[in-house]
Amino acid sequence: MPAQTPLHANHLELGARMVDFGGWDMPLHYGSQIDEHHAVRRTAGMFDVSHMCVVDLAGGRCREFLRFLLANDVAKLKVSGKALYSCMLNAQGGVIDDLIVYFRDESHFRVVVNAATRDKDIAWIRRHAEAFAISVTVRSDLAMVAVQGPEARARVLALLPEADRERIGALGRFAAAESDGLFVARTGYTGEDGFEVIVPAGRVAAFWQDLLAAGVRPCGLGARDTLRLEAGMNLYGQDMDEETTPLEAGLAWTVAFDPADRDFIGRAALEAQRSGGVPRLLVGLLMDEKGVLRHGQVVLTSAGEGVVLSGTFSPTLGKAIGFARVPAAAAGDAGATVDIRGRQVPVRIVKPVFVREGKAQV
Amino acid sequence: MSTIPAGLKFLKSHEWARREADGSVTVGISDHAQGLLGDLVYVELPAVGKHFDGGAACAVVESVKAASDVYCPVAGTVTRVNEALADKPETVNGDPWGEGWLFVITPDEAAAIDALLDVEAYAASIA
Repeated sequence: MPAQTPLHANHLELGARMVDFGGWDMPLHYGSQIDEHHAVRRTAGMFDVSHMCVVDLAGGRCREFLRFLLANDVAKLKVSGKALYSCMLNAQGGVIDDLIVYFRDESHFRVVVNAATRDKDIAWIRRHAEAFAISVTVRSDLAMVAVQGPEARARVLALLPEADRERIGALGRFAAAESDGLFVARTGYTGEDGFEVIVPAGRVAAFWQDLLAAGVRPCGLGARDTLRLEAGMNLYGQDMDEETTPLEAGLAWTVAFDPADRDFIGRAALEAQRSGGVPRLLVGLLMDEKGVLRHGQVVLTSAGEGVVLSGTFSPTLGKAIGFARVPAAAAGDAGATVDIRGRQVPVRIVKPVFVREGKAQV
Repeated sequence: MSTIPAGLKFLKSHEWARREADGSVTVGISDHAQGLLGDLVYVELPAVGKHFDGGAACAVVESVKAASDVYCPVAGTVTRVNEALADKPETVNGDPWGEGWLFVITPDEAAAIDALLDVEAYAASIA
């Protein structure tokens, strides 16, 4: 029996087609996943992301702990509310999960991890937290709604107490603040502006209904997947896993090698891989012919075989897009072919960002 | 969910077949099938003139989420395909029983279609 978020009844009431995702019964779409996709690119859509797991860390050595636990460096977080995207690695440099960490104050940080990996993530965090005397609290009492799109922030702001609107409206990207018991973060997974709002579970249904009344379109996991892929954002388990380093997953930008004296889990393995040469790299694929790129399809390059990681049809571009892991020597090539049901279909190799803020990047 | 038109015959795998006045058979996928797939973005149709055995994979419908084979309900030769779907595959979502038809075959045996599921049996199989 899959788990249900506090918005489960709302999804059923809206006629959602439900699907099991990481052990949770979640909406795939509410009728048309393509229409939902366009709503986020053009106006505003909302996603129930309550299946994601909020973990609060407390203790005087929080920052020191996170500088050891994460491949990105929380020393970059200097102002309360600032957020950072990072991978959490094992000793071999493999990705245990990707996450967002929020700096609240020196003794309090908040981490949001993926649903499908929550148990192993929590175990890993607890295992290492002990040496730093950090208390780890899983916030099952919180729900989360992502409101995304060019009009998303305005729609959310209108629901906040008037006295808070200016302050929350002034939040920079990757920053969060509290208002009336809500934790409002200017983050997302769609390539559009917007907020991810962490809400007490008992209040989230009312918040959802208010957003619905404000004209925000409910969107399912289907649209979430096409939006994040267009935006060039990785999906854990599909684009990277414990057998993949961030350097092989297009996430080298999230690894803070400087300062050189910061020890973090996986550092030695990443340094060895970097100096020996990263064997495989993540690239973007764009297919001009008809068809759809899919996870697992074989990519034939000038330097050997690669594989499609995430693949889909891009509603914004009207053609198939994907990420592929290919031999490093082929990453700079202009093109390759993908085996689709025995047919070798030509694809272009591009930077893996296809659409941002409604505009095509390729 | 639209009601299933009377007189159609079905495969369990959600293809419908309709015998036309000239003896040819028109093939499509059911409303239930398009609902399971979600928004279609690509339809790969068989070549006109090609012969398929009954139950053979002969076309592919792809939604954003998945690719699904379409099986030939009865043995026969393809005489016509719905070329309009190349530019508007979503027609299958909007009108699976009508404008969203996939292809037409001339069956090897006119009676073969009688062995397929009738509306009641198909409806029961998806209930």
